[in-house]
Amino acid sequence: MILAAALPLGFLAVFFVWPVAAIIRLGFTGGGVGAVLADADTWDLVVFTLGQAAASTLVALVAGLPVAFLLARCALPGTGFVRAAILVPFVLPTVVVGLAFRSLLPDGGVAAIVLANAFFNVAVVARTVAGLWSHVDRRAEDAARALGASRLRTFTSITLPALTPAIGSAAAVVFLFCATSFGVVLLLGGARHRTLETEIYLRTVELLDLPGAAALSLLQLAAVVAALVAGAVARRRRETSMRLRGRAETARRPVGGEWAVVAVAYAVVALLLVPIGSLVLRSLSTKDGWGLDGYRALAGTGYRGSLQVSGVDAAINSVRVATDATLLALLLGVVASVVLVTLGRARSRLVEAMDTALMLPLGVSAVTVGFGYLITLDALPGDLRTSAALVPLAQALVVTPLVIRMVLPVLRSIDDRLRQAAATLGASPWRVWREVDIPLAGRSFLAATAFAYVVALGEFGATSFLVRPDTATLPVVIGRLVSRPGELNNQMAYAACTLLMLVTVAIVMLVDCLRVGSVGEF
Amino acid sequence: MLRVEEITVRYGALTAVSDVDIEVADGEVVALLGPSGCGKSTLLRAVAGLERPAAGVVRWDGVDLGRTPVHRRGFGLVFQDGQLFPHRDVAGNVAFGLRMRGVAKGERVARVGELLEMVGLAGYGARRVTELSGGEQQRVALARALAPRPRLLLLDEPLSALDRALRENLALDLSRVLRSAGTTALLVTHDHDEAFTLADRVAVMRGGRISQVGRPDEVWRRPVDEETARFLGCGIVVDAEVTAGRVTCEFGAVGLPWAPDGDVRLGLRPTGLRVGGGPVEGTVTARVHRRDHVRLVVDTGTRVVDAVAGVAGAPEVGAAVRLALDPDGLAILG
Repeated sequence: MILAAALPLGFLAVFFVWPVAAIIRLGFTGGGVGAVLADADTWDLVVFTLGQAAASTLVALVAGLPVAFLLARCALPGTGFVRAAILVPFVLPTVVVGLAFRSLLPDGGVAAIVLANAFFNVAVVARTVAGLWSHVDRRAEDAARALGASRLRTFTSITLPALTPAIGSAAAVVFLFCATSFGVVLLLGGARHRTLETEIYLRTVELLDLPGAAALSLLQLAAVVAALVAGAVARRRRETSMRLRGRAETARRPVGGEWAVVAVAYAVVALLLVPIGSLVLRSLSTKDGWGLDGYRALAGTGYRGSLQVSGVDAAINSVRVATDATLLALLLGVVASVVLVTLGRARSRLVEAMDTALMLPLGVSAVTVGFGYLITLDALPGDLRTSAALVPLAQALVVTPLVIRMVLPVLRSIDDRLRQAAATLGASPWRVWREVDIPLAGRSFLAATAFAYVVALGEFGATSFLVRPDTATLPVVIGRLVSRPGELNNQMAYAACTLLMLVTVAIVMLVDCLRVGSVGEF
Repeated sequence: MLRVEEITVRYGALTAVSDVDIEVADGEVVALLGPSGCGKSTLLRAVAGLERPAAGVVRWDGVDLGRTPVHRRGFGLVFQDGQLFPHRDVAGNVAFGLRMRGVAKGERVARVGELLEMVGLAGYGARRVTELSGGEQQRVALARALAPRPRLLLLDEPLSALDRALRENLALDLSRVLRSAGTTALLVTHDHDEAFTLADRVAVMRGGRISQVGRPDEVWRRPVDEETARFLGCGIVVDAEVTAGRVTCEFGAVGLPWAPDGDVRLGLRPTGLRVGGGPVEGTVTARVHRRDHVRLVVDTGTRVVDAVAGVAGAPEVGAAVRLALDPDGLAILG
C-alpha cells in the first residue's frame, strides 16, 4: 500500500512540486519578487486577473444555476441531451473556444474574455450543483410551502442555503480555472488585456525575464492555494451536513413559474451552442463563398510555410501524445484513488491532505508547471527537457486530478464489506479488485479514460510551453496559425478546430452513453 | 477447533475488545451475545482477519493465524445485510467461493444447486440479487458462505435486518442448516432468542470483555452478575433465600428445584410475576397486549414491577391484582 501510494505522490513530487518549488526559489533569489511587487503594472495585472475571473465566475453561476435546476429537479424529455451538451464546452480545447469567440466578437476585449471563460465553466456549475440538488430532500421545501412561504421565498430561504456548499465549491473551482485561463486570454486579449498567466508566458518566452516570471508565478500560486482551501472547506460542509435522498424521488414535471426557469436553462444551452456553430460556419467559408479550402490546407504547412509540420502530422502527434498521457494519467489516477479508498477509513486526516495535494495541479497554471520543467528537469538523467516524453508527462499531470475526481467517488461508494465478503470467500486482494471493484466501477474507468483523453487532446497551456515546433500538437498548431498573417492560416485554424471539436463531441457523447453520474463534479 | 487467546483490539485510544478468550469446538455453534457496542462484532472481525488485534492469538487446530490473510483462513462470513455482489446473479454469488478455490464447473453447478435447495431457494439461480426480498438475500448470503465448505462460519447479526416473523422462521431454518451440515460457527447477536435458538453455548459480552460463557439454559437461569442479569431481561433483582429447592422472597415463595441452598440474589423477568393468588397486592397502572400474553405494570405501594397475565380476562388499568411468582421467569445470580 505504501508502495502504491509512492507512485502518484512520487510523480507529483518530481513533476509538480519540484518544478514549482524551483520557480518559487527563482522568484526569491533572482530578486524578482521585490521588483515585481513594487511595480504598479503588476498590481494592474493582479486586479485584471482577479476581476475577470470574478466576473466570469458570476456569469457562469448565473447561467449554470437554471441548468442545474433543469438537470436536478425536472423530469422532462431531453435532459440527457442537455447533460451531454453542456459538457462539450468544458472539454473543448481552450484555443478552440478562444477562436470561436473571436469569430463571434472580432473586436475581442474584456467582454469576449469573460464570456469565453464563463462558456467553459457553465458545465462545472450546472453539474456540481445538480449533483447535490438532485439529492436534497424535497420535503423541507414542501414543509416551507405548507407553512405559507411563496415559491421564491422557499427558494431563497430553504433551497439556496442547502445548495450553498455545492455552489461555493463550484464557484471556487470555476474561479480557479478562470484565474489561470491561458489560451482564451492569449487569443482574445492580445497585447491589450493580459493576466498573470499570459504575462508569465510572455516574460518567459519573449522577454526572457525568468525571475520576473517566477515572481508572478508565485503570486498566482498564492491565489490558487487560497481558492483550493476555500473549495475544500465547502466540500467538507457538503459531506457532513446533508441528508441526501435518491434522485428519482426529487425530479418531477415543472409547475407554474418553474417553466420560466426551464426556459432560461434551455436558452443558456442554446447560447452555448452559438460559438460552436459559428466556428463550424467559419471553417466552411472562403473568399468565394462556401468551400473546404481550410480542410484541404490541413495537408500542408500553412500560408508560406507558417508551420514546421503539416496539419495532418500535428493531428497524429496529438493522438499519440494524448494516448500516452491518458494511459499514464489513468494509471496514476486509479492507483491514487485505490490508495485513498483503502486508507480512507483508518486515517481520514492523511487522506484529506493527500486528496487536496493531488488536486493542486488542477489549479496551478499549466504555464507555471511548463516553465518549472524548463528550469528543473535537466537535472534528471537523459535530459527530459528535449525529450518527446516531456509533453505526455505534463499533460498527464493536468489530467490525473480529473481522473481521480471521477474514479474516487465511485470507488468510495462501494461498500467495503462487499470486498470483505469476497476476501472471506477466498479472494486475494488482487482478486477482490478484479472481481468486485473493476466490475462495479468499470464504467467510470471507461468514462474517465475518455474524458482524460479529450482533455489531453485539447491541452494547450503546458503543451505550448514544452513542445518542439517539429512535434507540435493540433491545439499548438492552431494557436500558431492564428498568430500568423494570411487568410489561409485562419481557415486552416478554423478547420482544425472543427475537427478537434467533432472528436471531442463524439467522445463526450460516448461518455454520456455510459451514464456515469459524477462526471465533472468537484 | 477455534481458539482465541487473550485477544485485544484497539481503534486508536478506544479498546473495543479487551483480553478475550474463547473456544469453539468442531461442529459447535457459539453465540456472542451482548448489547450494541460491546465489541462482539469487532471480535468476530478479528477472528475473520479483518481487524488486526493489538495483542493475542487466534488459533485454528493449534496453528497461529496471525500471519494468515483473510482469504486463506477458510472462514465464511455472513453480514447483517447480505452484501451480495450486485453484478452477479444468485448462482454467481453462491459459486463465488468455489471459483476462488478453482472448483471445476460441473462440480460448481451441482454444489450451487445443492445449497440453494438447502436454504429453500431451489430454482432461484438465474435471479438478479437486487430483485430478492431481505430474507431471500440472507438465505443467498448463507448459501454463498457455506458453498466452499468453510472450516468455520462467522455470522454477524445474520437476522437483525429482517422483520420479526421472518426472523423467527429464518432462525429455525438457520438452526436446521447448521446442524445438518455439522457446521462449526461463531454467531454475533444482540437478540437472546436468536442466541438461544441457534447456539450450543452462549458467551455474554459487555464492555469489550466476556462476562459469562455457558450452555443457553445455564446462562439464562444463572447469570453471573446483576448487569448480565439485567441484559438478559431481569428487570428487578431482589434478595432471596433458597431452602430445599424452594425460593422465598418479598413476592412470596415458589419451587425452584435447580437452585442451590442459601442466601441468593434473585432476578425477576416480567414473566416471573403472574397475576394470580399470590401474597403481593397492587394496582395496574399500564397494560400492553403482546401476541400471547398481556404485559402489565403494577404498583405494589413499595415498588413498581412488571408482570404478565393471560390474554383472556386480563385486568384493566386501575384494577387491583394479586401477583404470584412463576419459576420460568426467575434467575439466580452468581
